[in-house]
Amino acid sequence: MPKIPAPPVPGSLQPTPKRPGKVYGPQTPAEHGHEGAASAIGWIDERTSLSGGARWMMFRKVPKGTNWFYTLGSATMFAFLSQAVTGVFLAMYYDPSATRAYDSIRYINNEVFLGEFVHGMHRWGSSVMVILIFMHMARTFFFGAYKYPRELNWVIGVALLILTMAMSFTGYLLPFDQRSYWASVVGVNINGTGPLVGPYLSDFLRAGPDFGATTLSRFYALHMMLLPGVIGALIGFHLYLVARLGTTAPPWIRAKAPEALREDKVAS
Amino acid sequence: MAALSPAPTKPESLSVAERKPPKSPYTIDRGMPGAFEGETVTRRRFVNVAGQTAGIVAAGAFLVPALGFALGPVFEEKDQPWQAVGRLDEFGTDTYVARTITIAPAIADAGLSTVYVRKFNPSVDTEKRDDFNEYIAISTACMHLGCPVQYVTASQRFICPCHGGVYDFVGKVVGGPPVRPLDRFYTRVAAGTVFIGPRFSVNSELERYSPRDPGAPLDGVGQYLYPARPTMQKLPNT
Repeated sequence: MPKIPAPPVPGSLQPTPKRPGKVYGPQTPAEHGHEGAASAIGWIDERTSLSGGARWMMFRKVPKGTNWFYTLGSATMFAFLSQAVTGVFLAMYYDPSATRAYDSIRYINNEVFLGEFVHGMHRWGSSVMVILIFMHMARTFFFGAYKYPRELNWVIGVALLILTMAMSFTGYLLPFDQRSYWASVVGVNINGTGPLVGPYLSDFLRAGPDFGATTLSRFYALHMMLLPGVIGALIGFHLYLVARLGTTAPPWIRAKAPEALREDKVAS
Repeated sequence: MAALSPAPTKPESLSVAERKPPKSPYTIDRGMPGAFEGETVTRRRFVNVAGQTAGIVAAGAFLVPALGFALGPVFEEKDQPWQAVGRLDEFGTDTYVARTITIAPAIADAGLSTVYVRKFNPSVDTEKRDDFNEYIAISTACMHLGCPVQYVTASQRFICPCHGGVYDFVGKVVGGPPVRPLDRFYTRVAAGTVFIGPRFSVNSELERYSPRDPGAPLDGVGQYLYPARPTMQKLPNT
């Protein structure tokens, strides 16, 4: 194996090779510093055995032909993480009461340092996440990656799509301006057009027959606690199944069976 | 390659004499240490069932109240107090006067809504007169999806800006996607003042129904597909 050339540093700064008979392990504080990260990870791993799981998750075999389309799932997850982080920080300034929500959003946009930027990341990032989740779904569909044994992962993905839509719907009301108020009135009434259960569903969403004092806080609680929790749990299960079942090759890659197992050889 | 492996051999069926005798239901017969006379449930099984039950009870103790807390408003009737909107002589029979009422208390402007009010006009109003329609009060919620309609005096029409719903002078649909006439409010007169009370919905014959959401038709089978809800009921016998 060829040796990696030494970096062009003066000889006095290059580490001296160990002499025979020298004590093993870090001696100087600098050497301890070098080993520090490794020994901290080792300390945790000795007590948790997490490295096995991490290796199982990260060093997987991937089929030939894996391409950029396979990154859409990760891209969706990072869009979700971005939404989660910006959302948590927006919640530091946002006030989910019907009389003060609009003013708190104006305060975020006009007064808070980087407030408009973080709010904008959250607002546009929601559209990015919806676009990415649909592209990820299209990739799965067109590559046939929903077939046996991955049907359950498709079902979880559809649940995640619906939950993402629910996040978009509940989040749209929160700025509480004219646009978001009337859009939510229309959205709740669309829910109400479902026969038999629709009227009760819209009463549940509004916490009563009209938009009232608790409608906004109800949407906020769904948007902030319930839906993200469920989405996070389902993403975890989705990823577990991806690692467990592996990814599919693109449909244009043909698997080459070993010579000994070819049908015609086996039959004779 | 499951086809290549040899098929698992089926065990020979045992004759009656070779079969194990069925286990006795009594723990004492099975030689369990410390078994009681007549005991059939093993202690392992008892502790298992008791533990599962305790877990279900403990989870139910917080899940049931929390669910009831979230679902409660679906079964609670909304309070709709009578609100004064003006003196009798402020309203004519030929045009509407816009008045603001509170539909959701304690949230300032967000809880206000506009109502269009006029006096009963026998030449256009066909419904039976009673104590609650000497003055006609029409809701501004469009019956397509709930956007606010505006009364345009020149054309004597209610027009919705969202999806183009159009209603005539009495609130019946003349164009666009709405599925039923505009909702109304009960009105009553006391001490020379017009009061506006609970909301009700009307079908295309302007008969009163308990309030429905926008988008729910009331003609034909619609009134059964979109049932009245406990949160809002019309006044009895009206």
